[in-house]
Amino acid sequence: MTNASAPFLSVQDLTVTFPTEDGSVQAVDGVSFSVERGKTLAIVGESGSGKSVTAQAIMGLLDRRLSSVSGHAWLDGRDLVAMGDDEVRHERGSRMAMIFQDPMSSLHPFYRIGAQLSEAVLVHQKVSKQAAREQALEMLNRVGIPDPKTRIDSYPHQLSGGMRQRVMIAMALINSPALLIADEPTTALDVTVQAQILELIGNLQQEYDTAVIMITHDLGIVADIADQVAVMYGGRIVEAAAVDDIFYRPQMPYTLGLLASVPRLDQVRVERLDPIPGNPPSPISLPPGCVFQPRCAYSDRVADHACEGIRPELIDIGGGHAVRCHLDGDVRQAIATDVLDALAGSGT
Amino acid sequence: MSAYVIRRVLSMILLLVLLSLVVFILFSLLPADPARLTCGKSCTPEIIEANRHRLGLDMPVLAQYWEFVKGIFVGRTYAANSPDPIQCSAPCLGYSFKRGEEVFVLIKDRLPATIWLAFGAFVLWLAAGISLGIYSALRRGRWQDRSVMGFALVGYSLPSFFIGLVAIFFIIIRWQLLPFPSYISPLENPVQFLQTMLLPWIILATLYAAFYMRLTRNQMLEVLGDDYIRTARAKGLPERVVIRKHALRAGLTPIVTAAGLDLAGLLGGAIITESIFSLPGIGSLAVNSVNDADLPLIVGITLVAATFIIFANLIVDLLYAVIDPRVRLS
Repeated sequence: MTNASAPFLSVQDLTVTFPTEDGSVQAVDGVSFSVERGKTLAIVGESGSGKSVTAQAIMGLLDRRLSSVSGHAWLDGRDLVAMGDDEVRHERGSRMAMIFQDPMSSLHPFYRIGAQLSEAVLVHQKVSKQAAREQALEMLNRVGIPDPKTRIDSYPHQLSGGMRQRVMIAMALINSPALLIADEPTTALDVTVQAQILELIGNLQQEYDTAVIMITHDLGIVADIADQVAVMYGGRIVEAAAVDDIFYRPQMPYTLGLLASVPRLDQVRVERLDPIPGNPPSPISLPPGCVFQPRCAYSDRVADHACEGIRPELIDIGGGHAVRCHLDGDVRQAIATDVLDALAGSGT
Repeated sequence: MSAYVIRRVLSMILLLVLLSLVVFILFSLLPADPARLTCGKSCTPEIIEANRHRLGLDMPVLAQYWEFVKGIFVGRTYAANSPDPIQCSAPCLGYSFKRGEEVFVLIKDRLPATIWLAFGAFVLWLAAGISLGIYSALRRGRWQDRSVMGFALVGYSLPSFFIGLVAIFFIIIRWQLLPFPSYISPLENPVQFLQTMLLPWIILATLYAAFYMRLTRNQMLEVLGDDYIRTARAKGLPERVVIRKHALRAGLTPIVTAAGLDLAGLLGGAIITESIFSLPGIGSLAVNSVNDADLPLIVGITLVAATFIIFANLIVDLLYAVIDPRVRLS
């Protein structure tokens, strides 16, 4: 796996199970994807679809006593899943880093910003405390913290949410990691701040040539920054494609449902939003067939109730576009065209 | 920060004044008559009335309170116009006619035993409670956790008068591992002091240690699930640094509050433990004073015990501001 053509991060058949008293829960089931340096993969899905667990499994943040992870996550040719705890720990924060959803609670309330940043430097680099502080200062400057010389001695509670997320980004990128996983980094922030944070991540990604995995449920963000998209549902990837294919040539009914449920400002809509009926499945009792079947409006177009009984495979339909669906290619295409036309036409 | 300190100290003084006033008024409402206690069995109503007047007990409660407060700062003379006036030098917390002694002196003499008992037990229970609590949290759900929590439950359920008496019976009487407790200052006879204090320390600490094990464990489990712990792990910090530097710092902060107040509570007298082991402390003095209906002494002890708690509150709050930067602003 160390040949030059292998992708920078390659996740293969990643599966995460949590043993519970009610039997084991499969939170992530056979997920595969890859990301190149400088590129962004967006993982999209509802709450409970397994996207955050996937990220934590790659980062080695899941407690091994409470979960079991199988499959592979090759980071530059080395399998993170097979590594020992201590080995993964050395990768964390240096080669791969993560920022989280809630910047209000993700920084330690008792330590100054500077100390928390320096700590990240000192654990991976053999430098003096003074040098670590210099790096922290420079990083604060780079993520656009005004007056970093004063701010470096602030406590987290003295900063706004947007500023704290900037600090989190500074902390994640301070050792110039090659992989950055951002788990809904803007969900807890004001809309105006969201755009700034995304722009900042994009700029730093270019500067450091970082591979980014952006976990989100916001299709607006996906359209903005993603190169590749993986749509997750019930712990599985149900559709994966380049960003344009997801928006212009979606195939899977769930993806269509996501697109239809996004409010659009460019069109004056008179009717209500089109939410997907029903709720996401509980990982404890997944449907035996297609996990999306109970909410799918088109499963009756598949013969022999296959959707209810048989797990569909993820099929490559060409051009790096993969779909997990029992519908025939032609039928799928026809449905997609209908839905997209309806979306485009609903405002006129 | 200094504004915070000043504000806290001022509110503490106000609280002390209010508290002493309430205590004073409460005890003046009791049916027990302090004037009656000033003379023995052959008392006549005339003598009682005369004494009442001489001691100022016929004054309104607020005027008596004022005399009392004044006495704390400048001292006081009871029955100044009588042939044998009673001097009570500052700080005068009252005079026990029953014992013929100043309340302040009575309390002062009993304080060392109580302080030694409280601090010794405090160190023991914090060491045992916090370390076992952390250990339990880190091995949550496993047999080590269950054993520690089971032990805590036992320690928590057994009343100290019971384990105290059992300990005395077996360790002192049956097996004669220790001599009978007889309190002596550690400066005079350290060996006898330790022999006397060992059991009371352990008995008193058991109850608190059990409580602190649970408290620490729950605190740690809560903190270990916090987002900033995940951040610390995501940075690549070794697990022991995550625990020691990040989790303990946040998890132990509330325990400071509990520990400070519990210690202060004990400084007001560990009534049961002191009584079982006949330690000459505030707790056993309080029991005796109640038995004797020695009102001035009861008021004095109540005030001293409450003052300890109020002081501890202040110290804990200030300490908290040092530990938790978020407190300093609000």
